[in-house]
Amino acid sequence: MRGGDGRGTGGSLMREVAVVAFAQSPSVRREVERNEVEMLMPVVREAIARSGIAKSEIGFTVSGSCDYLAGQPFAFVSALDAVGAWPPIVESHVEMDGAWAFYEAWVKLQTGEADSALVYAFGKSSMGDLPDVLTLQLDPYYVAPLWPDAVALAALQARAFLEATGRSERDLAAVAVRSRRDARTNPMAQLAGDGNVDALLAEPYLVSPLRKHDCPPISDGCAAIVLAAGDLARRAVRRPAWIRGIDHRIEAHALGTRDLTRSASTAEAGRRAGVGQGSVDVAELHAPFTHQELIVRDALGLGDGVRINPSGGALAANPMMVAGLVRIGEAARRVLDGEAGRAVAHATSGPCLQQNLVCVLEAGA
Amino acid sequence: MAERCAVVGIGQTKHDTKRTDVSLPGLLREAVGRAFEDAGVTWRDIDAVVIGKAPDMFEGTMMPELYLADALGAVGKPMLRVHTAGSVGGSTALVAASLVQAGIHERVLTVAYEKQSEGNAMWALTLRIPFQQAIVAGAGGYFAPLIRAYVARSHAPEDTGIRVALKDRQNALKNPYSHLVFPDISYEMIAESPMLWDPIRYMETCPSSDGACALVLASENAARRSPNPPAWVWAEAMRSEPTMFAGRDQVNPRAGRDCAAELYRKAGIEHPRRDLDVAEIYVPFSWFEPMWMENLGFAPEGEGWKMTQEGATALDGDLPVNPSGGVLSSNPIGASGMLRFAESALQVRGQAGAHQVDGARKALGHAYGGGSQFFAMWIVGSDKP
Repeated sequence: MRGGDGRGTGGSLMREVAVVAFAQSPSVRREVERNEVEMLMPVVREAIARSGIAKSEIGFTVSGSCDYLAGQPFAFVSALDAVGAWPPIVESHVEMDGAWAFYEAWVKLQTGEADSALVYAFGKSSMGDLPDVLTLQLDPYYVAPLWPDAVALAALQARAFLEATGRSERDLAAVAVRSRRDARTNPMAQLAGDGNVDALLAEPYLVSPLRKHDCPPISDGCAAIVLAAGDLARRAVRRPAWIRGIDHRIEAHALGTRDLTRSASTAEAGRRAGVGQGSVDVAELHAPFTHQELIVRDALGLGDGVRINPSGGALAANPMMVAGLVRIGEAARRVLDGEAGRAVAHATSGPCLQQNLVCVLEAGA
Repeated sequence: MAERCAVVGIGQTKHDTKRTDVSLPGLLREAVGRAFEDAGVTWRDIDAVVIGKAPDMFEGTMMPELYLADALGAVGKPMLRVHTAGSVGGSTALVAASLVQAGIHERVLTVAYEKQSEGNAMWALTLRIPFQQAIVAGAGGYFAPLIRAYVARSHAPEDTGIRVALKDRQNALKNPYSHLVFPDISYEMIAESPMLWDPIRYMETCPSSDGACALVLASENAARRSPNPPAWVWAEAMRSEPTMFAGRDQVNPRAGRDCAAELYRKAGIEHPRRDLDVAEIYVPFSWFEPMWMENLGFAPEGEGWKMTQEGATALDGDLPVNPSGGVLSSNPIGASGMLRFAESALQVRGQAGAHQVDGARKALGHAYGGGSQFFAMWIVGSDKP
């Protein structure tokens, strides 16, 4: 494949594509009044309005969601009503986090078939018992019947990580404290607070070595991003967030066959996306559990000078199928707003960081 | 588009009611193994994997691409999972093709499947309160009123559906992978079968199948090294429209017409019936053949049934439709669209065996889904575009 130039799938032969708008709903524990379409409509409208591109001009639409959250097939079908797909539109859907829908949109723009794209994602985890629902992602023959839930699997990984690296539960608590402090300035966040490490460590374990603060909230939410290529992006906004590299990789599903204390797929995607080719001002990492932030940070080689998850990250708001796309949106927003010159976004899917996507966004032509 | 894309490997499973002899990965590997053999490649030659299937509830495994990553050799590679309802097999192939067309990858493996015996499609397809009143009538219950509307509009002879089913079931006898095989199929056998959803009879309905389909897609550079002739992608298109709103024409949906128009424009096709040699289209209930003939521009509105009645869509007609036996003969839902795309490619590669259309050089692959609202199509040819 191309990418031998070290710039990954965003190599120099690629067409210039940028994020020009991002919008999201507040994340809440239980959205009772609005269904998915009603949640999406204002968010999609806001993203399109911010992009400065007319809805009728958008060349491609793609979404990410998962039927199992609602416990009903075809979640994405009715969600199409939020877009107003008339006259008929060029449209696709991934049964994945919206970050991978974002990747599909980037690919579509690379083919030259479209100059702009709308990406959206939605998830209402409150419709079911999320930790148990996620168990259905596991090997249906040998693992799912044992019914390990998502928190238990994360705890398994956290234990292996702490033992292998010599890091402590105190390090994990520090991630939680920083995330929820930062979330105080994020009106879309669900969990925010001014805790301290000692107080958190006095709490009982949820599943050892994880305490409640090490785990993400269960969230309902949605988000939308508008992408544009070349001059269209330049005309749309003053300071587009250019995608300088984007790549994603998956690892083995069988937990016993991979080193849970590292994220080889994040490292590989980060290398191909060119994370290390410049200094990073800000990184939005999709780490639903505290220890996973440390693993992802190590995999991407992000040093102490990098501002990590100023939004509060997935520890402050974790709408399933959305939180990965929100990381891209939050990173891009900081470039669009002029707060950052170079930002890294990361998204994950599957148990224990099985699948990972990395995107590098930059200001400047 | 930036780069040319070709189909260099095609594989499918034997489709059946219950493939109890294979696990989920085993089913997929059967199709992938055949595609690799055809393409002369191994796992190491594949840059990325794109997988598609219809609702996860059919098997009860959520986001199964995570579990299947190991079996599909995707470890360390990019993997995407597409889901666009019944059109998913087609749109999955198109997403995979776009990775080659964008110049990102040289060889992409794309796989679609359904193992319907693991669940109950009638249940899994039924929306419930608070989404809508649970009808539990399945896809036939949804589509039968559209067919009745078509018959009322077009004044098509009542036995048009029977003739479609007879043709497709006869074609299926020439396809070794077919699920439904009725060696003594006859007009009477179909006409006398029970009425399920008026006017759809039992023998005019698709089965529920276990099955998978796999394609190896390659760049022009990689296609040069393939042992068998490639099928070149000439054009591709997708369109979606909402399920319902006042005034929506569900019999002849605009999304399908727009999709076909873009497809023909890209492929330089002025007269589809004259310029295309064969079509593999998504016909889950017999009457959808004449309906799609009109939607796809092969016949004027209200006259699609004439093509069926005159034998134009038969294997020896001027536009053979579904020489493989089509969805009526094998229906692993998530794979059904990709099977149409695969069969169109087999035809222009001259590899369709007993159901080969003589001299086929340009073919249409078509898939649709949802409430006749999602469309994915491609045109493949023996020659480079």
